[in-house]
Formats: sequence, C-alpha cells, structure tokens
Amino acid sequence: MWQALYEELGGRGFTPITVALDRSPEDARPWIEAAKPTHPSLIDVRHVVADLYNMVNVPTILWIDEQGRIARPNDVAFGTDTFKHITGLESAKPLAAVRAWVNGQAAPLPETRARQLQPLPTAAHQQARAEFSLGQWLYEQGRPAAAERHFVQAGELAPHDFTIRRGTMPMRGIDPMGPQFREMLGAWTKAGNPYYKPLPE
Amino acid sequence: MSDEKFTIIDDGRVAVLGAREGLERAQQAEAAGRPVAVDREERAAYLGVSAAERAAALASLQAPDFTLPDLSARPHSLSAQRGKKVLLVAYASW
Repeated sequence: MWQALYEELGGRGFTPITVALDRSPEDARPWIEAAKPTHPSLIDVRHVVADLYNMVNVPTILWIDEQGRIARPNDVAFGTDTFKHITGLESAKPLAAVRAWVNGQAAPLPETRARQLQPLPTAAHQQARAEFSLGQWLYEQGRPAAAERHFVQAGELAPHDFTIRRGTMPMRGIDPMGPQFREMLGAWTKAGNPYYKPLPE
Repeated sequence: MSDEKFTIIDDGRVAVLGAREGLERAQQAEAAGRPVAVDREERAAYLGVSAAERAAALASLQAPDFTLPDLSARPHSLSAQRGKKVLLVAYASW
C-alpha cells in the first residue's frame, strides 16, 4: 500500500519511509519482498525509531515536512483494511489526509496543536526501553534466559508499550498472535485501556 | 573481579571494559539522569536516553534523524530526504 502511495505521489516531492520493528531482517523479509518497495524500506531490530519518536505500537505513522519538522505526530494508520473487522480502523481516512497534505489541499496542524498531540515519554518508560535494549543485546549474544529477565521488567515498567510487550514475543519463543498475546490484550482492554489510540483529529 | 570484563552498551554503541570501569560508567550515567539497565550475572549494562532529552527533542518538533539498514544492509538516513514530505511508517510482522 505504501508503495502504491509512493507511485501515486512520489513525483510531488513525497516519500514513505517504512521501518520494520522486527527481531531480524528475516522476519521482515516476506513482507518487504511482497511489497517490492522502491522507497526506503528499513529494518529496526533495536527499536531505534520507537525510542526516538516515543512509539508504543504498530502500525504508527508520522508526517515529517520538507524542513524535517514533525507536521503530524504519531498516529495509528493501517495501509489496508485487512484487520478492519478486528480494529474498527479504516485505512481510507489517514490515506486521504496524507494525499491532501502532499497535494497542498489541507493546512497542516498548527505547531502548538502538534506539540499537544505528541505524547512524551516518562522516566519509567525510558527505563523500560533501556531494559528492552539490554534484553535485545543479550538475545543477540545467544543469552535468551538473561534476555527474558529484562524483557519482563521492560513490560512491567511500560505496560502500554506493545512494541515491547508484543514485539519481544518472537525473541522469547512466544507466538505474538497466540493465546499469551490474546490474554495480555484481554487484560489490558478489560481494564479500560485502548490497544490502539488514534489521534482525535 | 578486577580482571573480569564488563560490557557497556551506550545508546547502541558496544564497549568491553574492565569490571571496575564498566560499573563506574553505569553509575556515572545513572547519576547524570540516564536510564541504566544492568545485568550483573552477564556483566553488561545498557545506558539509555533520558525522558527529559527525548521529550525536549519531540517538543521542538524537529524530527530526530536516524540511520537504518534495508534488506541489503544498505544504510538510509531520514536527513537524506530533506526537501521532501516524508511519511514515516513503523510496522512489524508481529
């Protein structure tokens, strides 16, 4: 989908940059090979982008303007309607907004509003990300039992961060679509928390 | 203990130090307000970036630069796209 958007709007000074927050390039490879992207299509095993932009789930999109400024902060946007029956989120609206932005048909968010909408990390969350990063490094060193300690701690420190809680599951030998994920999701939503938090406007 | 190694990963950069020096680096980072994750058994610590630093960067609305590889291990930077409108899309196979 992002490739189709690039083909449509690439001539107007626009590019997607897609970033896979995956355990390894091999986990991302089937998706990338199916999409055949000609825009930058990157792999982020260390969750560098999640840390820099305070992302807590996928998919997350963010608009960056010609001057390298954040024009619209983190938002949920699916490229397709494959999961619409589960998420209730349609792909058409965010895509239409991107088109209008690129074509100059929509005024960007005022900076004060963009700032208000951009969530900022807490100290506990940055501690969680350090624990995640140590766990990820230990995993790459072939120390899965040690990695597990830090992944668990990271999830406890930042229970709203599913790039940690769900994103570590493949490294921990847990099926990220399986019963342990569904149990985690059920407990989270039952407590009144949203799994996806789209921007209000 | 003194001849044992200690690995410090400073925001992604790996350095193998002596045990004493490694622990000192971790303590200094903690004193400077940075998040530090330690595994004493594995003799390794990760020095992260503080919430204050991340929050200041995001509040400035200047998009933080990054460099990441594609499937062919070729590096790409956000800053190379300056002059274009960029849609940054984070996704995952999970």
